[in-house]
Amino acid sequence: MNEISNKWIGTNTIRPDGADKVTGRAAYAADTSMPGMIWGRVLRSPHPHARIKSIDTSKAEALQGVKAVVTSKDIVEFPVDKPVALGIQDMRWMSRNVMAREKALFHGHPVAAVAAMSEAIAAEACKLIEVDYEVLPWAIEIEDALKPDAPILHDFVQFEGKPSNIAGTLEHKLGDIEAGFAKADVVIERSFTTRPVHQGYIETHACLVSVLSDGKTTIWSSSQGQFMVRAMTSLLTGIPQSSIRAIPAEIGGGFGGKTIVYLEPLATMLSKKSGRPVKMVMSREEVMRATGPTSGSTSTVKIGATKDGTIVAAQGVFYLQAGCFPGSPIRGAAGCAFAPYNIANVVSRGFDVVSNRSKVAAYRAPGAPIGAYAVECVLDEVAEALKIDPLDLRIKNAAREGTKAAHGPVYPRIGLLETMESARKHPHYKAPLGKFQGRGVASGYWFNAGGESSAQVNITEDGNVVVTTGHPDIGGSRAAIANIAAELLGIDYRRVSVLIGDTATVGYSNLTGGSRVLFASAIVVTDSAEQVIGQLKARAAKIWGISADAVVWENGEARPSGDHTGNFPTMTLAEIAAKATETGGPIGAGVQLNTTGAEGGFSTHICDVEVDVDLGIVRVLRYTSFQDVGRAIHPAYVEGQIQGGAVQGIGWALNEEYIYNKKGHVDNPGFLDYRMPVCSDMPMLDAVMIEIPNPKHPQGVRGVGEVPLVPVMAAVANAVHSALGKRYYSLPMSPPKVLEGLDEGTLQAAE
Amino acid sequence: MTDMRYLAPSTLDEAVGAFAAAAGAARILAGGTDILVQMRAGMVQPGLIVDIKKIPELTGIEETADGGFVIGAAVSGAVLYEHPRFGEVWPGVLEAINLIGSTQVQGRASAGGNLCNGSPAGDSVPAMIAAGATVTVQGPNGRRQMPVEAVPAGPGRTNLTPGEILVSFTLPPRAKGASDAYLRMIPRTEMDIAVVGCGVNLTLKDGVCTAARVGLGAVAPTVLLVEAAAKALIGSKLDDAAIETAAAACRAACRPIDDKRGTIVYRTKVAGVLLKRTVAIAADRAGRA
Ligand SMILES: Cc1cc2nc3c(=O)[nH]c(=O)nc-3n(C[C@H](O)[C@H](O)[C@H](O)COP(=O)(O)OP(=O)(O)OC[C@H]3O[C@@H](n4cnc5c(N)ncnc54)[C@H](O)[C@@H]3O)c2cc1C
Repeated sequence: MNEISNKWIGTNTIRPDGADKVTGRAAYAADTSMPGMIWGRVLRSPHPHARIKSIDTSKAEALQGVKAVVTSKDIVEFPVDKPVALGIQDMRWMSRNVMAREKALFHGHPVAAVAAMSEAIAAEACKLIEVDYEVLPWAIEIEDALKPDAPILHDFVQFEGKPSNIAGTLEHKLGDIEAGFAKADVVIERSFTTRPVHQGYIETHACLVSVLSDGKTTIWSSSQGQFMVRAMTSLLTGIPQSSIRAIPAEIGGGFGGKTIVYLEPLATMLSKKSGRPVKMVMSREEVMRATGPTSGSTSTVKIGATKDGTIVAAQGVFYLQAGCFPGSPIRGAAGCAFAPYNIANVVSRGFDVVSNRSKVAAYRAPGAPIGAYAVECVLDEVAEALKIDPLDLRIKNAAREGTKAAHGPVYPRIGLLETMESARKHPHYKAPLGKFQGRGVASGYWFNAGGESSAQVNITEDGNVVVTTGHPDIGGSRAAIANIAAELLGIDYRRVSVLIGDTATVGYSNLTGGSRVLFASAIVVTDSAEQVIGQLKARAAKIWGISADAVVWENGEARPSGDHTGNFPTMTLAEIAAKATETGGPIGAGVQLNTTGAEGGFSTHICDVEVDVDLGIVRVLRYTSFQDVGRAIHPAYVEGQIQGGAVQGIGWALNEEYIYNKKGHVDNPGFLDYRMPVCSDMPMLDAVMIEIPNPKHPQGVRGVGEVPLVPVMAAVANAVHSALGKRYYSLPMSPPKVLEGLDEGTLQAAE
Repeated sequence: MTDMRYLAPSTLDEAVGAFAAAAGAARILAGGTDILVQMRAGMVQPGLIVDIKKIPELTGIEETADGGFVIGAAVSGAVLYEHPRFGEVWPGVLEAINLIGSTQVQGRASAGGNLCNGSPAGDSVPAMIAAGATVTVQGPNGRRQMPVEAVPAGPGRTNLTPGEILVSFTLPPRAKGASDAYLRMIPRTEMDIAVVGCGVNLTLKDGVCTAARVGLGAVAPTVLLVEAAAKALIGSKLDDAAIETAAAACRAACRPIDDKRGTIVYRTKVAGVLLKRTVAIAADRAGRA
């Protein structure tokens, strides 16, 4: 832990990307263009499930202005029987997701792509591509995909020895579940459903790709990882990574949804074939049909407790939609569901279910909000049955240092209990409630992640600092890194400029995801900065003719110490930089590491709602999130993460859902009818940041980006229950559903 | 790939001439907040755009000598909001128009566009119908007037004949004790499309409702004038029984569809709820008018 002056760490310095963003100067992927650039467009399947018998592109190729057409023949094939993992993805599925191969598996699945002189010509050419489909029966919802006679998406997927749409399972076990339930005085078992929800980033997917005749490829795109873009594009096109330079654009939101590629490999092949730079930009409709979302789910949770409120057994079964390829976040659902509690006997199972909808992508704490929704609602019912305050029940059973979690770890020092206790004491928890108003609480957990990060810290000739890291900044990492570098070097943060390097200018850095970026990059930046300080001290020592050990670095200056104290005037960073050439050359250091020690994040929320019982509308009146944030390096950004999670969870809880029509097409592929919350829907969202520094991090950083979403749906659902005395077991709690569930009896009781 | 022409004539005659000559290939552009979205989505591809915002008659707001109002069809919501008197006299019509979209959309969106777009969910339409507004229309065969409720023909369609342009809305003079209100049900608080919209305009004399009109949106292929609801209110003291009868009349008038925006059951229930709430607001305002 660095307990130095903390002049910058913990302060809301001006965000380095702010001016560009508010003036419209920030260059997002779609803002890039090149001389000779042409436009790519994707032809998408009109069927939710169909065998592709043949594709004839000759008429499209003959159209004036068309420069290239690609189909799955142009994308590297990964045989279905040989897994090729890349991070949490498998290239067998990535290859078939970017371009349908044997079958089209959802309405909107790409089947071909065209590059032409204009977007209009490319669109016209798409219409000229003749695809011979054998239309197949399809299944969209989990229950349909699990029926005995359900259409099977992939013959090679087997479950219990038979072809199935269950593509994977996972189980966490602790203790003896039967014995645990046998001890319980109260056992509550309930089933829940949630709908898939989209990450809802404002910027749609976009890229510009230039492949030269020597194979040198440059990709400008919006993603959560330029190295992921490079690796996936390389694997899908056969171009070696060393020939690909992936340049991250400013990113207009990702929330996990930009941790995979959709357009880049297609644009690369179109550019390679046409010899021209190719630009592709998805429409919102394409985004809603063919990217993201996170899983819908059905789950059953059973919890047993003794009269004194001790939870003695907990069991969860979570079925998650994967979309059309295996890979739903069952690990997040089954792993995080019970993680906030110290429970001796746990069984938590996840089932990965494929169906004819777009392949899911990561979304903030993937899977965890789904698990927490079911568990935290059941806990509320346990508290009610035992007549214990719901926060007291949680406090009594809270995991703490030394608790063994069902998903594996024994926790080090964690701040969960502090989040619960501070919620318990907060004025919000005691504020009066009116008619048809209710209050709910819920807690949540997210793993957080470490992983590979690289940084380069260079001192400029004029004595300022340039820090280059390798993670696209989607949550304020540049501002936070500037704070840390300024703190360590003892200089004003405005003298530090933080850049996101491209794949050719900075070392390998894993995705912006898993709430890992500030955790991991702070480690490599700290190591680099410490090396730089070492160099600065050595340079001063050389100038003074004393040993480097006799120099200290303080307040941005080298000072002689020990016997030499006061013998030489101190030297500032600028003075040392000015003499760099004579004293040994440029000053700078780079560090590349696989970071470890990212401990999990915990959060507890209080939500107040009011229900308009005539219209079925639920409005959130007040919302407070209490989170163990480790150390808030840039508090405004941490608060922003917490508020953003609350908003997204409220949307998930109340209105967001995909509506499919009878043909198996998404019927609401836009923000008008896919109802994410708008500003005026929200009260001020309060964030209480509790700082229990992560002992395994130089600044005490814990990931803060994902856990803010985990408890939200449960907190809202529990609040609705408290307002009405009636519980809804499925999301979203949209007005028609809420109204349908209200009868005279319920209303009278609620009054 | 087709070319598109753009005209912004400064007289109505010119506009009607060009619009009629293009025979179906042309579209009128007022604020563009519907038409531009539809063009971008590829739903319409006009060969000619006739922008009517340069025509004085379509962009003016006039308070007539008898106390009525004539509002140009292309007047934007923001401009109408700034009028010193209109909102006092027709608070319901104004709030309906001002509910359209966001601040940005308000700077452009017009009541004329809202009506001619033909959406059964258009927010200003039930309020205009409740107000008893009429429209002036000009086409190759001259001018005519019709009540607002006669304009919509079905989703996306109007009863304007080829070449006709909506010129203005005329709102009648106000009696003492008259006021109006508009409410819509949307799942969010803004930037949403009405699941049900309800406009009520009524006159109170000594606590008795002497005149009333009710417009109901998004519950049928066109916005409805619900005469049975008005009848239930007229002559009553707006007591619970009268209001319940009016609400029942609204529910009975509903011929909605089940779609992504609402179910038949839900829309029908909500129509009654909104009637009650809108009457309460209009009556409160009328009591002070
Ligand atoms: C973000 C957003 C939010 C919105 N929210 C709402 C909402 O809350 N409520 C709502 O009701 N609507 C909403 N709309 C739809 C739209 O803004 C309204 O319908 C608006 O009133 C249209 O007016 P306009 O002047 O922009 O019409 P335009 O788009 O210019 O025209 C609409 C149609 O009417 C025709 N037309 C226009 N004027 C005339 C005329 N004088 N004579 C003949 N034909 C004419 C045009 O050719 C076109 O077909 C929203 C739109 C957007 C983009």
